[in-house]
Amino acid sequence: MAIKKENIRNFSIIAHIDHGKSTLADRLLEITDSVAKRDMSAQILDDMDLEKERGITIKAHAVKLDYKAKDGETYELNLIDTPGHVDFNYEVSRSLAACEGAILIIDASQGIEAQTLANTYLALDHDLELVPVINKIDLPAAEPDRVAAEVEEIIGLDCSNAPRVSAKTGENVAEVLERIVADVPAPSDAVDNAPLKALIFDSVYDNYKGVIVYVRVMQGTLKAGETMKMMATGAEFNVVEVGYMRATGLEPCNELSAGEVGYITASIKTVRDAKVGDTVTKLQNPSSEPLPGYRKVNPMVYCGVYPADGADYEALRDALEKLQLNDAALSYEPETSGALGFGFRCGFLGLLHLEIIQERLEREYNLDLVTTVPSVIYKIHMNDGSVLEIDNPTHYPDPAHINFCEEPITNAHIYAPADYVGAIMDLCQDRRGIFKDMKYITTDRVDIHYELPLNEIIYDFFDALKSRTRGYASFDYEIFEYRRSTLQKVDVLLNGDIIDALSFIIHSEKAQSRARKIAEKLKVHIPRQMFEIPIQVAIGSKVIARETVKAMRKDVLAKCYGGDITRKKKLLEKQKEGNKRMRQFGSVEVPQEAFMAVLKLDDDN
Amino acid sequence: MTGIYIHIPFCKRKCPYCDFYSFKADESKKDSYLKAVLLCLDKWKEKISDDIDTVYFGGGTPSVFGGERIAQVISFIKESFVLTEDAEITVECNPSSVSEKFFLEIRNAGVNRISMGMQSAVDKERLTLGRLSDCNQVRQAVAAAKEAGIDNISLDIMLGVPYQTMESLDESIDFLLSFDIPHISAYMLKIEEGTPFDKMEDILVLPDEDAVSEMYLHTSRCLSSAGYNHYEVSNFAKDGKESRHNTRYWLGQDYIGIGPSAHSYLHGERFYYDRDFNGFIEGNEPVFDGFGGDKDEYVMLRLRLAEGLDFKEYEKKYNEKIDEEVIEKMKKYQKAGLLHIDDKGVRLTPEGFLLSNAIIGEFIR
Repeated sequence: MAIKKENIRNFSIIAHIDHGKSTLADRLLEITDSVAKRDMSAQILDDMDLEKERGITIKAHAVKLDYKAKDGETYELNLIDTPGHVDFNYEVSRSLAACEGAILIIDASQGIEAQTLANTYLALDHDLELVPVINKIDLPAAEPDRVAAEVEEIIGLDCSNAPRVSAKTGENVAEVLERIVADVPAPSDAVDNAPLKALIFDSVYDNYKGVIVYVRVMQGTLKAGETMKMMATGAEFNVVEVGYMRATGLEPCNELSAGEVGYITASIKTVRDAKVGDTVTKLQNPSSEPLPGYRKVNPMVYCGVYPADGADYEALRDALEKLQLNDAALSYEPETSGALGFGFRCGFLGLLHLEIIQERLEREYNLDLVTTVPSVIYKIHMNDGSVLEIDNPTHYPDPAHINFCEEPITNAHIYAPADYVGAIMDLCQDRRGIFKDMKYITTDRVDIHYELPLNEIIYDFFDALKSRTRGYASFDYEIFEYRRSTLQKVDVLLNGDIIDALSFIIHSEKAQSRARKIAEKLKVHIPRQMFEIPIQVAIGSKVIARETVKAMRKDVLAKCYGGDITRKKKLLEKQKEGNKRMRQFGSVEVPQEAFMAVLKLDDDN
Repeated sequence: MTGIYIHIPFCKRKCPYCDFYSFKADESKKDSYLKAVLLCLDKWKEKISDDIDTVYFGGGTPSVFGGERIAQVISFIKESFVLTEDAEITVECNPSSVSEKFFLEIRNAGVNRISMGMQSAVDKERLTLGRLSDCNQVRQAVAAAKEAGIDNISLDIMLGVPYQTMESLDESIDFLLSFDIPHISAYMLKIEEGTPFDKMEDILVLPDEDAVSEMYLHTSRCLSSAGYNHYEVSNFAKDGKESRHNTRYWLGQDYIGIGPSAHSYLHGERFYYDRDFNGFIEGNEPVFDGFGGDKDEYVMLRLRLAEGLDFKEYEKKYNEKIDEEVIEKMKKYQKAGLLHIDDKGVRLTPEGFLLSNAIIGEFIR
């Protein structure tokens, strides 16, 4: 029953968002009869609602396909689907490390995009054999020849044999499988008779089985009943079940052997005990060395997450706990805010990760949330020589004791049609970017390289980029160093009281204009109340922007006769409900929308 | 004591801001409506043992119903209930649908109070409000009512209507004061859902919140200095000339409402007849609308009145004191000039009336 090692092909699919990765994967499943057509809801691999909606892959997935090739042999194809976003670069790199090859999908109308390139380079770093596939040839705007030339020119990949397909219609898709069999090498060094080394490329929490660990066995074998050991964490577990991932579900098997991709369950309680990148070995006859590349994942972006209704605090904590079971990169710890009450300081890999967690909390756990302005980690060098790492403006020390500050700087690449170069450069300049260089990828597409401070990126950069390039630009960044910077903590005061949840740390040059925008936004979003409300934005005791919410003048039902009484009573009760959705700050009531608005200060208005 | 409200759901034409239940009707419809009203009153006869001391014909436009039919309703009430000697009997009128004959007819039937929708003395404003009559017709109507012996007259004006300015408001106020009538109502325009004004909201040029507030306070000041008491949010009266019927609503006293869309409050229960003319003609029963008279409702209604909320009365009625926290809030509002508070109670100022929803809201939190 065991398949010949030389008939195993482990591969992933690399694509920019929307280039058709999931659709192609679905077709491959259909062709290999891995799933009945009637069971196909669109895009089987992306099974989270959020993934379907956004058309992106958040968690890695894997599936085993049996393919009878034209040469008459049956092959075991393991498709490892990777997250498609820079926030999850490390996860991508581990998935790629589990493969020998990768399909590179390029949209026949759009050509190479930022993430295609970023992931291509990652794949090449892992010595993967790349199989280019030109997709969406059914589109009227498809230019497969031009795109093939682009790929050859930019990546240096021979496209003469590249299948030109339409994943949507299924045209030519079978050709992709043939290319995988022909071009992707079988696992090398896949020796069963050796100490076990299996790479964890993902793990998910399941209510019944505990954590399901997805692995690629590099060498050795593993079966139920054996004791396994995680080499980085040292945790040991008794293996309950091993098996393969099938499109229709898990399929237990006797033994996972070298070269194969499969899963392990072992009554593991949290994904923290099965970290992506860790090496699984056996207690008996352990491997002397782990596989290379393991890294502890650290959050880059922090923000406060508070329940809109204080009574939901427990529910929020439970929800975060559950999400963390499945997401080792999410960190949280309790914090309190004078303005927002009890909540959590959460750490994320990046902005997308933050948004995803926020949305999942709201949708899957039905929570109404208020989040604070996201912050990066600043290094504050104090006069006494100590260095503080600050991710929360509330903890920003007295400036008198600060020697100097450092902030994280990224290498950022923006890929866009050449028409938008001016707009993009304006934006990056405005975000304190330092221009490094610009390459023409083709005659009309450019790769603009900037050094951008991370705190400028987390603040609405994506939206601004999209709106200035009508959605045509794509973007990729990576932190590369901490750099000295002049930072200031800015506070917002309502009626004289500091609203801690609205404080932020910002470069001194940007303080004034940001302050003015915030004051204006708050003025619009804080409804008139019984008293006039001064809005002040200040650095220390120096006010740098101010506005006033005028006192409300009129809130009255002019007519209240026999028939109006019940109606009016209901109206007042509704008003009472509405007030519950407001946050009380001293004597000022601030609706949630005001917080949201401050988080989204668009550049252009 | 109990009051009777008779709803007359007829109008010559619909005004664009109005969401009261009314429509245009021919004489036979009016006749069948008269029958239905009398039948309905007859049903109530058994349940009401109290004397009736106020009757109010509202609408719609009761004057469109005709003096004779109104007279028949009144005489039926007299036969079926105990109508007190000094009962206040009011009829709402539109200046464009009245005549000396009409006033005489209703005067003879016992009507002693007229409430007339003037809305504005400025013809341009009246026109946007759908009022076809000009100021002269208002003048003639008031004169005719007085001629017929009805001196207890109330006129309505509206604040915050399209084109209105402080100057044009002064014109309306001067016009009002020239009659020396005992009662005036001044209503801030509210755009009601589903009315033509609602659909036109984007193109209507209306004075803003601050301007309307100024108009309201200005009206209050002018009328007060002319000897009118600002006794309710939107109502002004010379001493002793407050609308007795309307005051029932604010004091939580009993009333029955007859006609489609009319509401009643009787023996602690609220109910109403559906906005369904044919249903009413067929004798549909009223719909239960919950129990009235709880403390929230009490506070809400009392604070509409200048005499305000009396702490002692409240404590006696509900066996509890007003929350100390609320009292503290009220003291802050007093500093802002919105109300007066002392050991006896809370009384809103005109500035406070303008913010009465928010102030009442503090009590029912």
